[in-house]
Amino acid sequence: MSFAHRHLLGIEQLSQSDITTLLDLADRYADRNRQPNKHSDALRGLTQINMFFENSTRTQASFEIAGKRLGADVMNMAMQASSIKKGETLIDTAMTLNAMHPDLLVVRHPQSGAVDLLAQKVNCAVLNAGDGRHEHPTQALLDALTIRRAKGRLHRLSIAICGDIAHSRVARSNILLLGKMENRIRLVGPPTLMPSQIDQFGVEVFDDMKKGLEGVDVVMMLRLQKERMDGGFIPSEREYYHRYGLDAEKLAHASPDAIVMHPGPMNRGVEIDGTLADDINRSVIQDQVEMGVAVRMAAMDLLARNHMAAQPDSV
Amino acid sequence: MTQLFTNLRLLDPEAGSLAPAAVLVRDGLIAEVMDAAPENPASNTTVIDCGGHILAPGIIDLGVKVCEPGERHKESYRSAGQAAAAGGVTTMVTRPDTEPAIDSPETLEFVTRRANEAAPVNVLPMAALTKGREGREMTEIGFLMDAGAAAFTDCDRVVTDTKVFSRALTYARSLGALVIAHPQDPGLSKGAAVTSGKFASLRGLPAVSPMAERMGLDRDIALLEMTGARYHADQITTARALPALERAKRNGLDITAGVGIHHLTLNALDVADYRTFFKVKPPLRDEDDRLAVAHAVASGLIDIICSMHTPQDEESKRLPFEEAASGAVGLETLLPAAMRLVHAEIMDLPTLWRALSLNPAKRLGLPGGRIAVGAPADMVLFNPDAPFVLDRATLRSKSRNTPFDGMRMQGKVLATYVAGTCVFEAN
Repeated sequence: MSFAHRHLLGIEQLSQSDITTLLDLADRYADRNRQPNKHSDALRGLTQINMFFENSTRTQASFEIAGKRLGADVMNMAMQASSIKKGETLIDTAMTLNAMHPDLLVVRHPQSGAVDLLAQKVNCAVLNAGDGRHEHPTQALLDALTIRRAKGRLHRLSIAICGDIAHSRVARSNILLLGKMENRIRLVGPPTLMPSQIDQFGVEVFDDMKKGLEGVDVVMMLRLQKERMDGGFIPSEREYYHRYGLDAEKLAHASPDAIVMHPGPMNRGVEIDGTLADDINRSVIQDQVEMGVAVRMAAMDLLARNHMAAQPDSV
Repeated sequence: MTQLFTNLRLLDPEAGSLAPAAVLVRDGLIAEVMDAAPENPASNTTVIDCGGHILAPGIIDLGVKVCEPGERHKESYRSAGQAAAAGGVTTMVTRPDTEPAIDSPETLEFVTRRANEAAPVNVLPMAALTKGREGREMTEIGFLMDAGAAAFTDCDRVVTDTKVFSRALTYARSLGALVIAHPQDPGLSKGAAVTSGKFASLRGLPAVSPMAERMGLDRDIALLEMTGARYHADQITTARALPALERAKRNGLDITAGVGIHHLTLNALDVADYRTFFKVKPPLRDEDDRLAVAHAVASGLIDIICSMHTPQDEESKRLPFEEAASGAVGLETLLPAAMRLVHAEIMDLPTLWRALSLNPAKRLGLPGGRIAVGAPADMVLFNPDAPFVLDRATLRSKSRNTPFDGMRMQGKVLATYVAGTCVFEAN
């Protein structure tokens, strides 16, 4: 088992075997998390700081639980409310935290590339919990684990990613990961929400959802941000739902055993029909949340091992 | 004082030649150009042996930002002047995008005084076209010209109100003033940090289509047809804008265009892992655009190459890419970077020097930019092939935000002369 990385900044840097290593370990943590005694000592004595420069309840909670189950001392910092407001730069914040000797730093930031920048300045392992429109690697990994458990494999599947691709870091990380694992990727959405030259990423692009879903094994829905709904990118919420919202009728074009995924939080009635989201025969949305904890445990475990191996022998 | 420059190859952009010669300079002006040095120069003549290297007219850099007034910690007239001298730039045509903007005769006079005190090279300040560069009211173009404004520009801010812009162009035309604009559609380019394409999509950065430049240029050309003003596009960086420029020139409009050295030597992929020293405005383009624009310089469609020298301190660059300030310093790296175009055989040395020296002089009505009897002895002596690895710590600018740090370059300035006086000599 090898995972030769200091940080987890994106899927871009990972190889196929890195991804498999991570998912295999996460699989074991997923099983263990269903036992009454979930605790391990993998991160005992280590300090994990969650720095969220952007609001997040779900991802932050998931990282916090993951760290606590592995025995780390976890601290959450809500950065919107803190020194950033006082004009401190990202690098100064990083240097300040670095002086407190954390071992794991979990960072979310609204700007693409901000987590890479921060990682250059600190001595600990950095996990990207989402940077701007760039990457959200643990989300892609938890999606991959969910697919692997539901479908029994993570290759040669036909997967449709639907909605606001342009503004989505989840989409970017998933395109990279699923591509590396040799799947067929289809992107479905209005052209105003497609990044430019996205067809050069080895994906097929559809603006007709029914055609895009034809025969796919997995349907991944993306969240549509409220601020993008009014006229700027799409004419209206109701027109979007009519053309790109996932309902039973559109899903009927997918493979009969296709699963439905969503990274949450969902806008019921905007990108997904509420009943469909709750349909336990099709929706794996709750499994995604469960796998999220396992994947984050695996990622932090692997990075912590590398971090400890790189330390000089303790006194 | 009489000086005789001997043992040199003379680069004459006007004649398009590079040949052995000798140059006699008297009282800061070129007095005679000879095929060979006289056997016995007069006794009061200082003989300068140029070691067989190339002597050329000094570079006239159109669009240098010196951060006075307002941000002297980023660049002063002294530091910029020293950087210019070391880079073979004998005239800096400086930008008015300071804090506050240079938009009144008083500010212009302050800047001129500071420049004369501190800079070893010629400085020609430009003034803002509209007050505060806000695009609402035109500046006192007449008074500013009297005070010595070389041209009028709001720099990277586009005058979005076409009525304001057309009036400013009309008024400027009546005075024969040159207006320099930044062709860019402000709506399409709003918030953009990079050029749209595969790379921008991969990095998740807000991007602008190269079409925004053509739209901006098309608009400006229409206003030129209407007003007949003297116009210069500061930077043409995309292939799509070239046919419009070509047509406008063919139709007889008084239009010229420039391009920054970074757009001629780097492309969008150089940003790599969010390297903010590669963030410039407009953003770096695709390789196809870079090549098209370089060939447009070679053909003469694009007239002028400039450094777009824009000092930024570490604090404004060490930020997430979108937040980081735009711009790169270029005074000292302009010559070696431009030599890449010669070494890549896109253009020959005389063609390059037309864009660096002769054309800016012509456009601004300056006597320099050429090696001709009566022209000021503003000259650069350089070795076009000498290799080195750039270490940004050696730069003379107060700000060292160069994208060329650690890169291999060729072309070294050996000495720079302004009106016959040596202002820089390599050790």
